[in-house]
Amino acid sequence: MKLTLKIWRQPNPATAGAMHTYELDGVSEDMSFLEMLDVLNEKLNTSGEEPIAFDSDCREGICGMCGLMINGQAHGPEVTTTCQLHMRSFKDGDEITIEPWRADSFPVLKDLCVDRSALDRMVQAGGYISANTGSAPDAHAAPVEKKKADRAFDVATCISCGACVAACPNGSASLFLGAKITHLGELPQGQPERYSRVVGMVGQHDHDGFGGCTNIGECAAACPKEIPLDVISQLNKDLRTAMVKGR
Amino acid sequence: MAGSTLHEGLAPLNVASEQKSDDAHGYYVLGDKLVDAKAPTGPIKDRWTTRKFENRLVNPANRRKLDIIMVGTGLAGGAAAATLGEAGYNVKSFCYQDSPRRAHSIAAQGGINAAKNYKEDGDSTFRLFYDTVKGGDYRSRESNVYRLAEVSANIIDQCVAQGVPFAREYGGLLDNRSFGGVQVSRTFYARGQTGQQLLIGAYQAMERQVAAGTVKQYTRHEMLELIVVDGRARGIIARDMVTGEIETHLADVVVLATGGYGNVFYLSTNAMGSNVTATWRAHRKGAYMANPCYTQIHPTCIPVSGDFQSKLTLMSESLRNDGRIWVPKNREDCDKDPRDIPEEDRDYYLERIYPSFGNLVPRDIASRQAKNVCDEGRGVGPVVGDFRRGVYLDFADAIARMGRQAVETKYGNLFDMYARITGEDPYEVPMRIYPAVHYVMGGLWVDYDLQSNITGLYVTGEANFSDHGANRLGASALMQGLADGYFVLPNTIRDYLADGPFPKVAEDHPEVVAARESVEARINTFMSMNGTRSADSYHKELGNIMWEYCGMERTEEGLRKAIDMIRELKADFWSNLRVLGTADGINQSLEKAGRVADFIELGELMCVDALNRRESCGGHFRGESQTEDGEALRHDDEFAYVAAWEWGGEDGQPVLHKEDLIYTAIEMKQRSYK
Repeated sequence: MKLTLKIWRQPNPATAGAMHTYELDGVSEDMSFLEMLDVLNEKLNTSGEEPIAFDSDCREGICGMCGLMINGQAHGPEVTTTCQLHMRSFKDGDEITIEPWRADSFPVLKDLCVDRSALDRMVQAGGYISANTGSAPDAHAAPVEKKKADRAFDVATCISCGACVAACPNGSASLFLGAKITHLGELPQGQPERYSRVVGMVGQHDHDGFGGCTNIGECAAACPKEIPLDVISQLNKDLRTAMVKGR
Repeated sequence: MAGSTLHEGLAPLNVASEQKSDDAHGYYVLGDKLVDAKAPTGPIKDRWTTRKFENRLVNPANRRKLDIIMVGTGLAGGAAAATLGEAGYNVKSFCYQDSPRRAHSIAAQGGINAAKNYKEDGDSTFRLFYDTVKGGDYRSRESNVYRLAEVSANIIDQCVAQGVPFAREYGGLLDNRSFGGVQVSRTFYARGQTGQQLLIGAYQAMERQVAAGTVKQYTRHEMLELIVVDGRARGIIARDMVTGEIETHLADVVVLATGGYGNVFYLSTNAMGSNVTATWRAHRKGAYMANPCYTQIHPTCIPVSGDFQSKLTLMSESLRNDGRIWVPKNREDCDKDPRDIPEEDRDYYLERIYPSFGNLVPRDIASRQAKNVCDEGRGVGPVVGDFRRGVYLDFADAIARMGRQAVETKYGNLFDMYARITGEDPYEVPMRIYPAVHYVMGGLWVDYDLQSNITGLYVTGEANFSDHGANRLGASALMQGLADGYFVLPNTIRDYLADGPFPKVAEDHPEVVAARESVEARINTFMSMNGTRSADSYHKELGNIMWEYCGMERTEEGLRKAIDMIRELKADFWSNLRVLGTADGINQSLEKAGRVADFIELGELMCVDALNRRESCGGHFRGESQTEDGEALRHDDEFAYVAAWEWGGEDGQPVLHKEDLIYTAIEMKQRSYK
């Protein structure tokens, strides 16, 4: 198939960017979206134009490194990561707009690459269980109800790609936060720091300029791992409890 | 009782091998024998305990005066950074990804082994040790492997304490599954993403130390050179991949936890960025590269669909627990709908050839047999090149036996992934699978303490060669990464650091300046060559050569041919490469150029190593060394050694140092899974 691609190009954080248009022919429907961009880049390199910078690593939907706004949707039209989106989701003659994640807290570094270090900073602010190496009791010392273990796993599948932030009109990272709060909060090991964790992480979230949650739900719709919206209820509940408890 | 004295024999059970063949004559120089100076002695079950006691301690007040550089943030690097940070050392942690949590350990699916014996099915430390040595085809060091088995149980405890959501049974206890090459259920798992869950555990522990100020993380940084001063590793030269700045980082000790080099084959299950540069730069600075030809080809990957393919996707081999592998008995059935092929016309070849292990034979065997049936013209799926490269992995029986819902619970996300990539529904039509490069057992040579032959340079995880011999068992990579990171390295590195802090090295020390200048010169060369071809195109060409001649089956003739082809490719690369853009910001073509340059040199060494090793063992199958019925034939009399290669210089030949493998706890046997 033949496509018209409108792609955001920006040489560096300090220089303004703009949309550029490229025509690409011979695209196979078995290609992944990023393989389609590889083909375009190879063509650009041959013609003497600098290839487009975009992030990707595992290309199997788990590392969270990739992430593009495709026709205005985070990761494009399917519920998956950009690397797992295949060209069979598009048709011959399509015009596709490709932009980087759009959020104040994720500044553009170059072309389609953004800086998501704010997500690491939220984890540093409490997204862990303090258990020094070697201090652990036997793994069977604390049985975990299967329902809770399954729930913890379901929300621990978050890959920190940032699609929730990019999709949110407020640029909020509440789904990301809620997933971490719920993952650790469902487990007995996560209880001792449960309330200091939520206070720390939310504080860092606000400090880094992420917006507030107004229950729009775009985040959950864009999430490639289908983290449910109710983790944000859990987040808010834990935060209220922490306030009451004065943590 | 017998248990305490059994297997304690310290008498060698084999004699040192003596190589008679010399297939790689003219391609290498024979060096001195290599001895692991840190090899422990005494009964195997006491060796690690003894070593931990003998290794000197570092007073907590002194730890904060000691600087550790840790390159790589996967399971081995992340776990070690966290643990060493908790202990109070100053750790600088580097990764090329934009967050430590994205290291490629994250993609491991199936699980992690541990000798917990929670199933009371006869598992034990000794059995895990035995299985791992046997699975590695008797080409690993027994002391290292025993230690790995010994600390495996602690890993599970540690991960549960961190909040890793392992699969559980209704009673609330941890669930286990069995994996290829073994007959017990010792694999812990978190649905199909055990790697991500374990890595998040290590990452969160590391981020906690970042907050505590003991670990400083440098993301989007790539190590481009090792700094060696007065015979000791003292730092690295790294490039900030965002600003392009070339940075000098100095420390008391350097640890490489940079993963494997499977991407030398271009198509592999590794991440796009996985590369050999950190270890190859260290190799060029004197670190020995051990058994580089030992490559693991994973049997259950999604087959290639076209020339544009950028990577291959693995389907966890846990699928082999319930899926049955088959191809049509008759070639003419190969393009039929598999559901229309009656039972009697199907060849469940693994169950037929290996009745006791069936579909659970080790990876190398499953891979080679898949290749064999496809070579016979009985492969399925699209024709790629000149024949069909795929076999069926069929869940029809499992769905009938367990019900669709149970299959969905166990393998749901893998089935979804398969459907997404291929556009086919595996609940209805059998999956198609084909082997792909997945893991490398080779890596930098290390002693028992995980220190390379360069003093002060430690290597952990897949980046070292130590624990898997010639073949790794399923669910053992995660085990080794975390064993090295949480429990082994922190206990061995302290013996070295007890002599520190070492005298400060100045940034204008001649060795530091030279390292920095060589990095800058190389980047300038890439930027100014202005040829016609992209680094990616060279990478693809190298990958084709490696897969064709240094892949699942290697022959003397093919390897010689490959070496010539690689040398030609290298010459062309260095005269005709094109890197556009500038070096003072993000430039992915430039990053790729450096990685491909190193892969090309590694590729040649892999071929030389494979050429020298005229035996079949584990993942290394030499056409000249097989039994009458096509099974791998090992030659313990000639090759029971670790081949540690020393860099021979730009125009010189690599120097081969042999480390004899002597067993005292296990007798070497020809592997049989029949």
